Amino acid sequence: MAAWLQDVEDLTLKGQINVPYTWSVGEVGSRFLVALRDEEKILGNRCPSCNTVYVPPRKNCGSCFKDIDDNQWAELGPEGVVTAFTIVRYDYPLQPAKAPFAYAIIKLDGADVGFVHLIRQGLEKLRNGVRVKALFKEERTGHILDIDSFVLLEA
Amino acid sequence: MARRVAIVGAGQTHHKSHRLDVNGREMINEAVMRALADSEITITDIDAIIIGNMDHFESINYVDTWSVEGSGGVMKPIMKVTTGGTTGTSVAIAAYYHVASGLFDRVLAIGWEKNSESDTTAAIVTCSDPVWDRFSYSGAIPSLATEASAYMEQYGATQEDAARVAVRDRTHALNNPYAQMYNRPITIQDVMESSMLAYPIKLLDVCPRTDGACAVVFAAEGIAEKMIPRPAWIKSTAVRHTTTWFGDVDYDTGMLSLQRAAREAYEKAGIKNPAEDFDVAELYLPYSYAGLKWIEALGFCGPGEGPAFVGEGNTDMGGIIPMNPSGGVISTNCIGATALLRVAEAAIQIMGKGEKRQVPDVKTALATGFGGCWWSDVVILTGDKP
Repeated sequence: MAAWLQDVEDLTLKGQINVPYTWSVGEVGSRFLVALRDEEKILGNRCPSCNTVYVPPRKNCGSCFKDIDDNQWAELGPEGVVTAFTIVRYDYPLQPAKAPFAYAIIKLDGADVGFVHLIRQGLEKLRNGVRVKALFKEERTGHILDIDSFVLLEA
Repeated sequence: MARRVAIVGAGQTHHKSHRLDVNGREMINEAVMRALADSEITITDIDAIIIGNMDHFESINYVDTWSVEGSGGVMKPIMKVTTGGTTGTSVAIAAYYHVASGLFDRVLAIGWEKNSESDTTAAIVTCSDPVWDRFSYSGAIPSLATEASAYMEQYGATQEDAARVAVRDRTHALNNPYAQMYNRPITIQDVMESSMLAYPIKLLDVCPRTDGACAVVFAAEGIAEKMIPRPAWIKSTAVRHTTTWFGDVDYDTGMLSLQRAAREAYEKAGIKNPAEDFDVAELYLPYSYAGLKWIEALGFCGPGEGPAFVGEGNTDMGGIIPMNPSGGVISTNCIGATALLRVAEAAIQIMGKGEKRQVPDVKTALATGFGGCWWSDVVILTGDKP
């Protein structure tokens, strides 16, 4: 090893990039978010080929690779069943809630795929199979978190 | 008809949590120089380079251009391939395709990451859809934790069962001086007493954050045999991507993309009984529970049998099918390099260069890659020219 290496101070430089984005939701997703915002309704849509009811709705079915046309819309929930979850025990700035809270996969009534969302209360009673219901925020902006969280319906 | 292709050399850095003595380009160069030395060639023998890492992790996205001094890509064909966690198997498979096509004779695959340079979670959440999943369900740990809790409920697996996997990999790392967790063994009690991150995942159930790089040389038949005594031939590869929607995943049907990738790769390679037909497996298991559930998808045991299969010692060194002699992902996770390390370590086992971590008489080896929203790569290597 060269002698000078022994005396070198390894420097690091701090930096941060803060890049604003404007994401296109698309017409299908926009209809879903507008229904959340204006009507407190959760919309899904059905693939005409495999009959899978998707939520959030899709413009096409990835498995069948077929368009989902306009008359396949369905109102889902607002209740459903928890099929899997985790209770988060650590805080992190990007998380949507302070720990403890749960991320859950919820099979909304009428849907064939899970809907990922939060559960804030009743974590000690949370089990796969419990029924939950969407709790909407008072102030809604057309965002997936216009649903504040899902609340447990039974003990 | 595609040409047969073999791995003829591999190099890696001594992986650490912080490599403050080198920048990314210099760290890449360490792995490249070791791979060239291992293959007994120089950079002038390389016809093309495939390089990859995680988008956003170092905030320099065009690694194919800015790293050329380190990679050896000055005035050569070089391209970046990045597919999240599977980046390492993707660069390996892309290098294989390049040589198999007949257009290039010797191709260098490189994977690397400097996890110390960013906030891993902040960077990794950019893999998920910003409108639908990023703000209601994000980060590597919660999605894996959801899978783990569903698996435990379905089959009655315990946290101790999973801890056994972490203990195995950290024990194997005792034999691998390149591993970040070299010489840092743990016990089941250590895992159980480590802090709960997201039920049922505790700190010692998950991989560390690593600075490291890996490089692998692929060569065509007719050339490979003349370079080293025992090349590691590519027998088959398979890639499967599922949905990008976290809610679409059915956790009760097993690890679907891995099942499908394995089915294709096994059929092409004539693998009928994986536990007997493979001599060693280097698997992308980023957390302990994957070492129970995902080995079921690979057919090493039946659904729900992972805990017993691992608990009986079948996957330890000296077992029926030693898994992760290198210490695996739980001992080292420089993400863009991680899946390439699986391929490199599988090749090292075939080439017989594993030193203390060598499994005796390896003829057929399995490597896997895992990424993002449940996608999988499978690579099968063999000592006999296919």
